[in-house]
Amino acid sequence: MKDLKSQASKSTTPGKGGLTPEIQSRIGHQLRAMYDDVVRQGVPDRFAELIKKLDAQGGTPQDSANGGSNDNNGRD
Amino acid sequence: MPLTDSLRNDILAAVPSLRAFAISLSGNADRADDLVQETLLRALANIDSFQPGSNLPAWLFTILRNLFRSDYRKRRREVEDAEGNYAKTLKTQPSQNAHLEFEEFRTALDKLPQDQREALILVGASGFSYEDAASICGCAVGTIKSRVNRARSKLAALLYVDGAEDFGPDETVRAVIGGSGG
Repeated sequence: MKDLKSQASKSTTPGKGGLTPEIQSRIGHQLRAMYDDVVRQGVPDRFAELIKKLDAQGGTPQDSANGGSNDNNGRD
Repeated sequence: MPLTDSLRNDILAAVPSLRAFAISLSGNADRADDLVQETLLRALANIDSFQPGSNLPAWLFTILRNLFRSDYRKRRREVEDAEGNYAKTLKTQPSQNAHLEFEEFRTALDKLPQDQREALILVGASGFSYEDAASICGCAVGTIKSRVNRARSKLAALLYVDGAEDFGPDETVRAVIGGSGG
């Protein structure tokens, strides 16, 4: 880490973990590009139909998901 | 709370980012969609336990993440062709260069330990606060911060830095080649 000091300048000063702000922002950009590609695809029909179907059943899905009905996610 | 129209709409609105999270975690589009489907079934079956006014996306992400973790333990990541499957999910094919860069990034991301990968995605792509990410992963805020930092450093080392790891062997190789050539 010490030898990096010699080449440090405004744009290349390493932040946490020895990363330059430039590299940090490049990683952030690529990560979001990858993620947003999927987000932009919106809601596939499959899921819209699933919710509609479950709704018609009164919001209580059949036990088609493995053991879903007996779990208590978020309950205490 | 009961499943109201607005709650149902909010759940649907969260589907695109749930898919993005699932694909980022699993590296496999088909498996990701199964994971999202299971998450929705689980969420609707347990909708009574959702606290009105609390963070719905965080609640859904928690369910998905836990499903993925239990599934992961069973399968031990048998799927190796992550990039190929992931590319299939893209509507528009990126240009050749961008695609290559994209695959490199995807491959590097897959090399991260799972804890670090999920922390980085939640904070860096999903846009959750450190606090929300900590609650989704069931750990301390400081733990999330350090995981994100380690994830970034590792990605940087894999992608952008010709760091010390390469330097030593390269020098040796060069010395060997140079020596034998003379």
